Amino acid sequence: MAKQHVTTTVNGDTVEFLCETEQTLLDVLRDELYLTGSKEGCASGDCGACSVMLDGRLVCSCLVLGVEAAGRKVETIEGMARGEVLHPLQQKFLEHAALQCGICTPGFLVAAKALLEKKPNPTETEVRYWLAGNLCRCTGYDKIVRAVLDAAAVMRSA
Amino acid sequence: MDYRSPTTAKDAAGLLANEGAHVLAGGTDILVKLRAGFVAPRMLVDLKGVPRLRGIESDARGWRIGAATPCAEIGEHEAFAAAWPGVVEALQLIGSTQIQGRATLGGNICNASPAADSVPALIAAGALCEVAGVTGEREVPVEQIITGPGRNALARGEFILGFRLPKPLARAGDAYLRFIPRTEMDIAVVGVGVSLALDAQGVCTHARVGLGAVAPTPLLVADAARALIGTRVNAAALEALGAAASAACRPIDDKRGTIAYRIKVAAVLARRAAVIALERATNRK
Repeated sequence: MAKQHVTTTVNGDTVEFLCETEQTLLDVLRDELYLTGSKEGCASGDCGACSVMLDGRLVCSCLVLGVEAAGRKVETIEGMARGEVLHPLQQKFLEHAALQCGICTPGFLVAAKALLEKKPNPTETEVRYWLAGNLCRCTGYDKIVRAVLDAAAVMRSA
Repeated sequence: MDYRSPTTAKDAAGLLANEGAHVLAGGTDILVKLRAGFVAPRMLVDLKGVPRLRGIESDARGWRIGAATPCAEIGEHEAFAAAWPGVVEALQLIGSTQIQGRATLGGNICNASPAADSVPALIAAGALCEVAGVTGEREVPVEQIITGPGRNALARGEFILGFRLPKPLARAGDAYLRFIPRTEMDIAVVGVGVSLALDAQGVCTHARVGLGAVAPTPLLVADAARALIGTRVNAAALEALGAAASAACRPIDDKRGTIAYRIKVAAVLARRAAVIALERATNRK
């Protein structure tokens, strides 16, 4: 079958791409749109490194087809900072050294942002359960959780 | 591989009648199987564009959930969560936040895992599946859909439109409990759904018990329900419930649990789920 022409919105911009049915949204973001912030860890929905927002809902982009993005709103890690100004979560991840190799970091940030939009004052337990679908194989979970809680406090007082 | 996104149930049934056509709903199972090479469909039929497969509604018959509604959306529906808390706690155990953003009840049942978390809770709730196909529509009890591991009762061209759950009875409650060796993100070793209702004197008048991960298919356990009906769900009734749940188990040994362990845990979880359902029934306004 011929490639399919898809028009969608990524981080507020209208974009068009051609893709095969088999290509996932993650494949399209990385290989067609050159937005390589979303990472491929497992490609089976277990690790969360490819987390993006699709119509305001947190999903693994490896479990979405590129063609499914037609007419929808996609938000990725590339849309998180405002120009040179980091999002409070990004800033707190730096301050708490909540990253080691960095592969899981974009997914954690996108997922944590989704949590704080829904629940600005989460408990530590709520943070841990919400982020259970994001795996850090450097196992730096504690610093990540501290960074999210600290960012939540900063964002509440902003 | 072709991709189609029909907007009516009739068009969807027509497309799915083609050889090599496969449903795409939340994609959390099929995309993994595609990548692993376990399936190689010629066409994916995305059902999310059919309005009847989306959303949560209540009417005179009770509740209706579109089969392709993401679990996260169902969990956010406060009135439904108040009506069937056990069903909601079951679907909130499926995978991660990310998975629940896509995964659907229709997919959870059609994927036909013996350990599908939503299924024992839906069995306990007395849910019906609205099945659509080229020749029309029919309603099928949830417990009749899964016929074996990875196998379901749908014919070619058929798919699930939605789920019908009754309006909860007065003084009714339900609960779902799952045992896994960790706290999150795992597959059930045992899952138990219990739904029960009490009369004004606190005597159980109605009960349904669904068991998961202890047999080739999720089970409706009539003997377990009979152990509760006519009792005040006291210690003796809970013992009998547990014994009936264990007796219904036909589990396998695998890395998650042995046969003996699953049989024992089924009784423990059934008793605990019944106690939670009882508390919810007692507190329901």
